[in-house]
Amino acid sequence: MTTVETALGQTKTMVLNMGPQHPSTHGVLRVLLELDGENVVTADPDIGYLHTGIEKECEHKTYSQAITLTDRMDYLNPLGNNLVYCLAVEKLLGLEVPKRAQYIRVMMVELQRISSHLVWLGTHALDMGAMSLMLYCFREREEILKIFERFAGQRMMTSYIRIGGLALEPPAGWRDQVKRFLDMMPPNVDEYEALLTENRIWQGRLKGVGYLPPETLIAMSTTGPGLRAAGVGFDNRKAFPYSSYQEFEFNIPTRTESDCYARYLVRVQEIRESLKIVRQAMDKITDQGPFKAEAPGIIPPEREKMKTEMEALIYHFKIFTEGFSPPPGEVYVAVESPRGELGCFIASDGSPKPLRVHFRSPSFVNLQTLPQMIKGQLIADTVAAIGTIDIVLGDVDR
Amino acid sequence: MSELANANARAVVERLRAWNPEAILQIVEYRGETTIVVAPKLLRAAAKQCKEDPQLNFNMLSDATCLDRFPAEPRFELNYQLLSIPRSARIGLRTCVSGQRPVVDSLEPVWPGANWMEREIFDMFGIRFEGHTDLRRILLPEAFEGAPLRRDYPTEGPR
Repeated sequence: MTTVETALGQTKTMVLNMGPQHPSTHGVLRVLLELDGENVVTADPDIGYLHTGIEKECEHKTYSQAITLTDRMDYLNPLGNNLVYCLAVEKLLGLEVPKRAQYIRVMMVELQRISSHLVWLGTHALDMGAMSLMLYCFREREEILKIFERFAGQRMMTSYIRIGGLALEPPAGWRDQVKRFLDMMPPNVDEYEALLTENRIWQGRLKGVGYLPPETLIAMSTTGPGLRAAGVGFDNRKAFPYSSYQEFEFNIPTRTESDCYARYLVRVQEIRESLKIVRQAMDKITDQGPFKAEAPGIIPPEREKMKTEMEALIYHFKIFTEGFSPPPGEVYVAVESPRGELGCFIASDGSPKPLRVHFRSPSFVNLQTLPQMIKGQLIADTVAAIGTIDIVLGDVDR
Repeated sequence: MSELANANARAVVERLRAWNPEAILQIVEYRGETTIVVAPKLLRAAAKQCKEDPQLNFNMLSDATCLDRFPAEPRFELNYQLLSIPRSARIGLRTCVSGQRPVVDSLEPVWPGANWMEREIFDMFGIRFEGHTDLRRILLPEAFEGAPLRRDYPTEGPR
């Protein structure tokens, strides 16, 4: 407890422990708030409750085995995690992925972006007291999870994107299912906006809250919707295209207010842009064609081939016992996750297991702006600020 | 520097050499990525130069991480990924630190965003950052002993 000078003279501050089991911290985040009445004097986020040592674990798995671990970091964006890891390993190997697989990857990660933004929108509205929206958002997210289930056999921990391509051929009838979703979605987004955008309570809780100038955000390494809501139109999909994003037409929504309300508007607009990308990807994906690269010794052979070809059987055995060895070197690959720049640094020493795997997770880096964002604001605004930073604690702690 | 493939890497090398001819120890090129290796004592000055030189303008520190090459010496390699948003360019900055005295200058005075990234490296590798304002463990509990991401720290079993 310390004494601070305020306009009303000297007052004593109080330390309040928010979390780690607070519903609006979206996981297990603990924030030590030093309060002067209702106002936040300092805030100190305490993280690590979900630390699972995934980076250490990766060093003791072969390159292919580590894919399943990446699903479990940012559990609202497992396909994006798969993608950044696979892109990094493919870069180490110098492996070219067939166009058809690249387009399917784009379609899947954009669906994932929509589902992640839907969870964000629903839970954030719930934090702000608008309960019905969560039910709407989760209803639509369910459709996306059904699509993932048909593609990968899993709703959440998909591990669908693999080194050199994909795990499976897209299922029969996938086009109708995705198309149904695309047709259903725009009126639903209009509905969310009708409920929130002009809503006086919503605006009152978000407008002008959690402001940070763009220079501060850049200096603090913030990326994603938080940066774009401050007028900086940086997006890895445009700046450093990967997986054929340069062939897609889409806009990068930006705002200039840099408050919680601007972040909300940017995310809703991103849902609409992602729908456009999914539609384009559907047109680009051909019905026939390879869904993984031709690279014996790296990509497991077809089951049928193993019964007729000796080499296929040998490769299969070697891939699953020893793994493959990329040449020594280090690479850093970055993709745009729903939360910002998701990076993967892999160092190889020429053995079948990585020397080091590091994930630059957007939630971890973005969260460090929280103390500055809520300094001097009300406790209730802390909830709004944490919400619009959009953290996933699995991604923060890894 | 004609052997460097991309114009951005050439510009960085040229500008850093113009600033201090001794600054660059080595240039690593791998799969189209360029990493500039500098001496630990020049790290902060070189980073500042990359940020403040108007032709380079690396205004964001995208990532910082460490790599342990145990039992080789110097065992630690610190890798910084620099990003220039206005120029849409990236470059890697690297410095090597010995295991006997794992201390290096913090980049927090250059990019405040280095704060948590360096805390994570301190937490996981036990490297101290000189000039860091708040060097505490971040993911692991305060009472935790050891630096778990070092290569000589076992994944399971007794330490």
